[in-house]
Amino acid sequence: MLNRLKNISLLDIILWFIRTSIIVIVVWGTISTLRDNPYTTRNWIDFFVLGLAQGSMYALIAIGYTLVYGVLFMINFAHGEFFMSGIMTATVFIAGPLDASGYLDKNPILSLLLILVVAMLTSVGVALLTERIAYRPLRKAPRLVPLITAIGASFFLQHTFRGLYGSEVKPFPEIDILSGKIPFLGTEILRSQMVVIIATIIMLIGLYLFIMHSKTGKAIRAVAEDKDVAALMGIDVDRTIAITFALGASMAGAAGVLYALVFRQVHFFMGFLPGLKAFTAAVLGGIGSIPGAALGGLFIGIFESVGPPLFLDGLNVPAYHQLKDVITFTLLVLVLIFRPQGILGERLGEKKA
Amino acid sequence: MFKRLNLVLALLVISSLVLAACGASGPAECTDELGCVEYGPDDPIRLASALVISGPNTQLGLDSQYGVEIAMDMRGDVAGHSVELQAEDDGCNAEGGQAAGQKIVSDPSIVAVIGTSCSGAGVPMSNVISEAGYVMVSPSNTAPSLTDPNQAWNPGYLRTAHNDKVQGAAMAEFAYSELGLTTAAAIHDGDPYTEGLANAFREAYEGMGGTVVAFTAVSVGDTDMRPVLTSVAASEGGAPEFLFFPVFTAECALLAKQSDEVEGLENTVVAAADGCFSTAAAEAIGDAGEGMYFSGPDLGFAGDTYVTFKERYNSLYGSDPLSAFHAHAFDATNLIFGCIEQVGVSSDDGSLSIGRQALRDCLYATSGYQGITGSLTCDQYGDCADPKIAVNELQGGEYVPIWP
Repeated sequence: MLNRLKNISLLDIILWFIRTSIIVIVVWGTISTLRDNPYTTRNWIDFFVLGLAQGSMYALIAIGYTLVYGVLFMINFAHGEFFMSGIMTATVFIAGPLDASGYLDKNPILSLLLILVVAMLTSVGVALLTERIAYRPLRKAPRLVPLITAIGASFFLQHTFRGLYGSEVKPFPEIDILSGKIPFLGTEILRSQMVVIIATIIMLIGLYLFIMHSKTGKAIRAVAEDKDVAALMGIDVDRTIAITFALGASMAGAAGVLYALVFRQVHFFMGFLPGLKAFTAAVLGGIGSIPGAALGGLFIGIFESVGPPLFLDGLNVPAYHQLKDVITFTLLVLVLIFRPQGILGERLGEKKA
Repeated sequence: MFKRLNLVLALLVISSLVLAACGASGPAECTDELGCVEYGPDDPIRLASALVISGPNTQLGLDSQYGVEIAMDMRGDVAGHSVELQAEDDGCNAEGGQAAGQKIVSDPSIVAVIGTSCSGAGVPMSNVISEAGYVMVSPSNTAPSLTDPNQAWNPGYLRTAHNDKVQGAAMAEFAYSELGLTTAAAIHDGDPYTEGLANAFREAYEGMGGTVVAFTAVSVGDTDMRPVLTSVAASEGGAPEFLFFPVFTAECALLAKQSDEVEGLENTVVAAADGCFSTAAAEAIGDAGEGMYFSGPDLGFAGDTYVTFKERYNSLYGSDPLSAFHAHAFDATNLIFGCIEQVGVSSDDGSLSIGRQALRDCLYATSGYQGITGSLTCDQYGDCADPKIAVNELQGGEYVPIWP
């Protein structure tokens, strides 16, 4: 007993102190908020639903991080830019002109489909080019090299699109059939946010079935398991990796359209923060796991929205909504302390970690 | 062989340095305590600008830069020298202001700076510029802290833009007296400009007898404003009748669009300020901004100069003014030119020497200068503006002045 006590270092004590104090603050904040509850139940449901819609977008983007990490063990920091490139292009070339000509209001479903297709194709195109030019030549390099390249690619893409479309905030037209609210979970939700939630669920299920039951999906899983053995089994590894990138980017492209429907403005820098959040979501859920990325995205979206009023209002923190990122990243730290592999992550062996 | 070559090169470098040093000590001895800027007979006077010329707030900075360029164009030569502008970007944030400031003070041939656009960039830049003995005149920094000696004021800083104490009070008066609304909320983003203006509004509004039910903040880069707005709508004093968010373009457009969509805020009157006052901002807000109010400098300037100015603007850049601070930039540039002519010492050979402290003193001593924006008189902390605030309403994508 005494021996075990001796082995506890100062660092351990400090770490435990930090962990307990975070938990104490969270619990104390929650209790004091709920004691003089300034919000109605309706407000709480609002916060939850808003977070759900935001989290769905994070989930779709997070899929791209997790897929690529699964096959290449690299964090593709340019993924947020795939998200941006698609919707920027679709806004400038499709949504803007369609709105100006009045076609968007006359034929909204067809226009939306067109916007979606263009956004997804652009995202996929940019992703494939980035993979071919920036990542494939570095496949055999040490792991830090593609990571730095990815950060470089991210800046390069941001500023390329800034050069192409300008640096101002571009409005995305409001679509009449998607404006207004509908009842949901005892509150009212914007139609566009409802679309986001439903579309996300459909796409996530589709993707999961594709990965689990199609031949290409099987190839992706085989490459993720072991590239060399997969190649011996007759799988074209380069092609499979390219498909993985395309798959992730098409999800990001669709997420871009959903983002534009809800926020109705796009900008060349819009991919950075959602990209970062989605990366956090992928890590939180357990990087490499598709259901994990989806769950992580939803978690982060909901905590961002519910967290500040729940934890901080009772502590009399001024302007607490500004601190939502602090809450997100504290959540990440907490989860990683108690479950380093993430919520649904498997413990990785030496080779993958 | 190589050693000898190196020796020759080293000798060349040393001799050129010595020669350059000899050349610099011109005929007029500089006695200024901060040193002098020396221009040879054919050198242009070098002016720098540090305005936001990238990102979503580009039009704010570009508009001011056009004002500077038109001032240069209309003035022609200053003290017998042509004028050259080095345009830097303040990035509309503290890092950008710091970087632009460092770059400018590393160039001894720059005499003065027009900038910054954003108060957030102005805080570090004012420090860098002042410590290096330079002087800056901002056309659009409005945060009260910049000319408050207990906060961010530095001796090399002046501005021709209004202090937001004036703008905040004007907005409060508009909401309370003109619209007759007695509860209000304000949202800022933590930037010195937005926080300063939101605070000024709150103080003035409460002073008049109004109640501020919520005073909160978002962060720059946020996109989902609905949680904040839901909190504002659920605040203790009830949903506010008036919502003021003096933030920059991107967040302003999102707040404007989403405030209509939040339960409880449907009937709230929304307003923003001059950080969201540009054609790009109006476009980004779109239909959601119809009937929304914006405070900003009163652009109904009297006098013929503004008519000429606008014609020049239109012919050079092919549009009406993009934002609100072009005239302030024009006046700031002319103040500097006037002082260069006043304190610059010309030698017989045509070279010009400008004392940096003398230039500062001259600018600070400005009194009753007749510019486009009115009669400018600088106080001891560099507030030079003749502040006139107007409230505009967004009607069909155009800012229409409606008050006073």
